[in-house]
Amino acid sequence: MQITVRLFASFREVVGRDQLQVDVAPETAVGDLLAALARDYPRLAAASKATRFAVNQEYVPASHPLQAGDEVVFIPPVAGGGDVRDHD
Amino acid sequence: MFAITTEPIDPRTVSAAVEDERAGGLVTFVGTVRDFSRGRAVTGLHYEAFPEMAEKKFREIADEMRQRWPICKVAMVHRIGDLQIGAIAVVIAVSTPHRAEAFAACEYAIDRLKSVAPIWKKEAYHDGEVWVADHA
Repeated sequence: MQITVRLFASFREVVGRDQLQVDVAPETAVGDLLAALARDYPRLAAASKATRFAVNQEYVPASHPLQAGDEVVFIPPVAGGGDVRDHD
Repeated sequence: MFAITTEPIDPRTVSAAVEDERAGGLVTFVGTVRDFSRGRAVTGLHYEAFPEMAEKKFREIADEMRQRWPICKVAMVHRIGDLQIGAIAVVIAVSTPHRAEAFAACEYAIDRLKSVAPIWKKEAYHDGEVWVADHA
C-alpha cells in the first residue's frame, strides 16, 4: 500500500527531498518505516531514537500501524541536545 | 487568527484581533530572535514548519485554553523563513475578563506551542549551522 512521508528540517536535508511516496505492507508500524528509511539513509539512524511521529497531523506512538493513504511526518529531534527552549 | 506566515509579524495586528468588549485584560507575548543560544553567538536563524499541522495545533491549544480559563479571544502567529537577530518570530495575544487569566493563559499558550507545534529552526553561527527544535 502507498503512503506519503513528508520530511522537514534535518530529515529533509539528509534525504534531499521534502516528500516521499513509499510502498509498505499493511499494518506496518510507523517506527519500523523510519528504521527502514534509516537503512537507506544511515545519517537518519542516530537521530531516529528521539524522533516523534505524526500520522495525518496527529502525534502517534512508534507502534502505530499505518493504513493506505496515510500521511506520515517524522518530527526530528533536537540536534546537539540541551535546553533549546527559546525566546521565553 | 491562527497562522504560519513568511511575512514580518506586526504585534499590533495580532493584538487587535483579540480585542473584545467582554475583556478586561489583553496580554500579548512577542518572541524575538536572540543573539546568543546555548553559549554560541547566533548570526541568523531560519525557521521551518509543517504549516497545516502547526495551525491545527494552534487551534487545539486555543481549545485547551478555553477549557481552563474564560477566554474571550486568542490569536497565534508564527513566522518562518530567514530571520535576523531581533526579528519577531512569534506573537500570541489573549483577552480575558480579568488580567490574571490573560497572563496565565498566554504563558500556557507559548509553552504548549513550544511543546507540540511542528516548527524547527536552524541556527547559523560564524563557524557553522545546526538544526534545533523550536518545540522542546
